[in-house]
Amino acid sequence: MAHIPLNFPFLAAALLVGVSLYIIIFKKNLIKLIMGITMMASGVNLFLVALGYRAGGGAPIYTGTPEETMVLPVPQALTLTSIVINVAVLALMLTMAIHIYRHTGSLDSKKSRKLKG
Amino acid sequence: MRKIVGLILWLVLVAFLVWGMQLIHPFGYPDASTMDDYMIEKAQAETGSNNVVTSVVFDYRGFDTLGEATILFTAVTGVLLLLRTLRRKKESS
Amino acid sequence: MLSKIVRTVTNEFMPVIIVFGLYIIAHGHLTPGGGFQGGAVIVSGVVMLLVAFNHQEVKKVLRERLLSIMESTGALIFIGLAFAGIGTAFFHNLLVGSPIFGRIPATGPNPGDIWTGGVIPLMNFAVGLKVAAGLTAVVLALALFSSGEEIEE
Repeated sequence: MAHIPLNFPFLAAALLVGVSLYIIIFKKNLIKLIMGITMMASGVNLFLVALGYRAGGGAPIYTGTPEETMVLPVPQALTLTSIVINVAVLALMLTMAIHIYRHTGSLDSKKSRKLKG
Repeated sequence: MRKIVGLILWLVLVAFLVWGMQLIHPFGYPDASTMDDYMIEKAQAETGSNNVVTSVVFDYRGFDTLGEATILFTAVTGVLLLLRTLRRKKESS
Repeated sequence: MLSKIVRTVTNEFMPVIIVFGLYIIAHGHLTPGGGFQGGAVIVSGVVMLLVAFNHQEVKKVLRERLLSIMESTGALIFIGLAFAGIGTAFFHNLLVGSPIFGRIPATGPNPGDIWTGGVIPLMNFAVGLKVAAGLTAVVLALALFSSGEEIEE
């Protein structure tokens, strides 16, 4: 197989991270910020899995596989851990968004910035 | 004015990311795979399972799985703790 | 509470989903899957129950004390298995070669044998129990909080 020019899977992961950076910097709604953080996590997971690909390889499992070469298994193990950690962080973020809405009455991130005594 | 400066900085950052993606190894030909080759060769004899990814997650790198289980436990405790304040408000009113 | 058709189909489908999740957990050392993936499948079945029935009905079946005991048991079994081989190293796979789970498969592609794997299938069960109980408690707490109730105990 010839070299794939321009490294398309890495480009897709970089574009995902770039778009989610735009959302985090310029948007004010709390739910949109949470969605941007989750999208950045998906971009990082895609980058991790794409790093471990070997051309012409198959899944690293020995049960009834016809392939000869296998892809690298360690980035897949790290991606499993990353997905679970992102689920935990997402649950905590959503709970805090519920509390902020009940306290201040709006989902604007500029209104919950003041520190009251 | 601040928005325009912010937009230009964001464009510079995304350009840097896209340029950096071309400097990594070409897609499909990893540079250093000595550790993964060892694990593919020896996983069936040393751990006794057909699935190399599971043996990496639970045997060769089991300490990371222990940390991940701790994070899951802490997050569940935190969520269940934060969603309890309704009872105090009902008791005090 | 949704219509009668949705409730009947949910009642018929729940055992199928739970058995599918347990299959993914149990064959974690042969096919793609394992503890975390099977636990997530079981939690998606519980979410289907929450959508089809009322909150009070589901709260009568899944009490919070039972879920807390299940999650702590899963975590304790995982740490106990990690400490069992402390003579050689932490997380040492001590059941390879012993008669419980300890056959060694033939080298190269082969149809899988379920009695292989050493301490890995037991760890899969512990982590699957932990993930299923923990995420069920989180989903139940979010659903009950938004409807104005409180969690007992």
